[in-house]
Amino acid sequence: MSEELVRFEDYSLDFMTLYGRIKALKNVNFQIRKNEVFSLVGETGCGKTVTSLALLGLLPSNARPRGKIFFEQEQLTAQNVEQKRGRDIAVVFQDPMTSLNPLYTVRQQLADVLMARRQVPKKEALRSVVDILREVQMLDANRVADLYPHELSGGMKQRVMIAMALSCRPKLLIADEPTTALDVTIQKQILWLMKSLREKHGFSILFITHDMGVVAEFAHRVGVMYAGSIVEIATKRRLFKNPLHPYTVGLLNAVPNPRVGGKLRAIPGSVPSLVNPPTGCRFNERCERAFRKCFKETPPLIEVEDQHYVACHVYGGDENG
Amino acid sequence: MVEVYELKKYFAVRKTGQWSAKSVLKAVDNVSFTVRMGETLGIVGESGSGKSTLVRCLTRLIEPTSGKVVLDGEEITKYRKRDLRKISKNVQMVFQDPVSSLNPRMNVLSIISEPLSAHEKISKTERKSLVVDLLKEVGLNEEHMYKYPGELSGGQCQRVAIARALSIKPKILILDEPTASLDVSVQAQVLELLEKLQKEHSLTYLFVSHDIAVVRSISHKAMVMYLGKVMEIGPTEKVVNEPLHPYTKVLMRSVPIPDPDSVLTEPAIQGEPPSALNPPSGCPFRTRCPNAVDECSLADMTLKKVEEDRYSACILNQRRSDS
Repeated sequence: MSEELVRFEDYSLDFMTLYGRIKALKNVNFQIRKNEVFSLVGETGCGKTVTSLALLGLLPSNARPRGKIFFEQEQLTAQNVEQKRGRDIAVVFQDPMTSLNPLYTVRQQLADVLMARRQVPKKEALRSVVDILREVQMLDANRVADLYPHELSGGMKQRVMIAMALSCRPKLLIADEPTTALDVTIQKQILWLMKSLREKHGFSILFITHDMGVVAEFAHRVGVMYAGSIVEIATKRRLFKNPLHPYTVGLLNAVPNPRVGGKLRAIPGSVPSLVNPPTGCRFNERCERAFRKCFKETPPLIEVEDQHYVACHVYGGDENG
Repeated sequence: MVEVYELKKYFAVRKTGQWSAKSVLKAVDNVSFTVRMGETLGIVGESGSGKSTLVRCLTRLIEPTSGKVVLDGEEITKYRKRDLRKISKNVQMVFQDPVSSLNPRMNVLSIISEPLSAHEKISKTERKSLVVDLLKEVGLNEEHMYKYPGELSGGQCQRVAIARALSIKPKILILDEPTASLDVSVQAQVLELLEKLQKEHSLTYLFVSHDIAVVRSISHKAMVMYLGKVMEIGPTEKVVNEPLHPYTKVLMRSVPIPDPDSVLTEPAIQGEPPSALNPPSGCPFRTRCPNAVDECSLADMTLKKVEEDRYSACILNQRRSDS
């Protein structure tokens, strides 16, 4: 269970742009274990998606990565990630409309994946599409196979995407906000589908989302990101019951709970610019508990309790003086 | 009071190609409700349920097909076209996407003061001081006055949109998914601001959202819509905690709860909402409803009082309250 599948080691990433060097990721450290759902949560622009693109080797040419990423103890390089993408590592993006080709039917697109990635002969590939669609509990799979993407609803498109991603039996599924564009009743169906498929085939999921509700229901362990850094990693239960980092605390207070209601408390201020991030902890300007050290030194991610990591000087900052 | 009686908006659409016969899409079908002054009505529903069309009809941004809308004693559905400007003195709107609802070529000063100059004659200095006051009220300051929307963040843009709506001191504010495109921490800031403004100016809000959790945190009354029809209206606490209508129950069971003890359960309903062009007869939810009986397809679905202050369109709820 606790065997490691993916490890990010001191991974940093800059983008060279006209506006200057955007420091998109800074010293990212985390691991994804076999058979678990690891969730990255954070707000817009905190680096969640870029982290997944780095893992897939799909960074644009102006990216300047530093640090290492390991997949099954093997360091990922530009060459070997090409082999793994689509086979060992599959991905489902947020917007299913833009990830499917509007000019081909579902059958053609799914068959393409099988032919390219598993070297299935064309005839057989075309035939097996319906079975693959049935696996993702597509109602009316026979009819849907011959439809074009624009004829499908958002939920159906996402099912096709999942079918495509899982058709090559990956070891890791990256799901980047897969349900954000969907209504809640459909979201529930898609989450349930991913859960049952994961239990059946046993793969890991890197689940990227901004929705704490979905995290609470779906994830095993959670990494909280803020302005390009991971500020806290803990099991789901620990994170909700005993959040340590001031940002995590603020985030949890800002999330409306439909069952409990009650007043929301906002985090004052806004996310800093990544072209010119504050020195020290990137949350320092908005943090109630910030002290002098927070404005000077970047807090490292340290293990404060068993399997609970936090990057904050309030915890264990005293050890280094 | 905001009173809406049997409001309908039917669109004529062609189902397939340019030459096919027109058919009727009932975007808003027989919607009636009232909101007291100073209260917030939350309107919840999934995409395509008609909530945005409904609120646009209230200000006649979309002309309703039939029905009556009375805002603060004035029957605005009777207004002539040239009198429509009068509506906007009392009712203002804030839209979902703050960036596209602000003119990118206008600075914040002109954006906020535009409604003012459209309705009253005021001097330049007066205008400026009013805008500064408004900016302070929505948590911005003078610095932002000469900025353009492109230089502001999403949350700041939404504050500008709120300031613009408040500039002519309306009594009613219609908020169409005002926080849907914002991050949770910013969403909380905007909701906090809206609550503060409501208290200070005793504003009436009509708050449209797809997120029942957001509606719960801000509104006194909640209205649940499905395929153009109202399913349930009642005090928010009651609707959320003890939903009457099966659809509201399904909705509540589908919303992910930010609590580590909540577990993912099997979805309460399979499939997707039927097409609004071809809705089921009787109750529009009956094809997906776990409790549907034969009568659901026959009965003409109307909203009826089931308990004190609570209305449901489900015949099962209505039957129980009759007996």
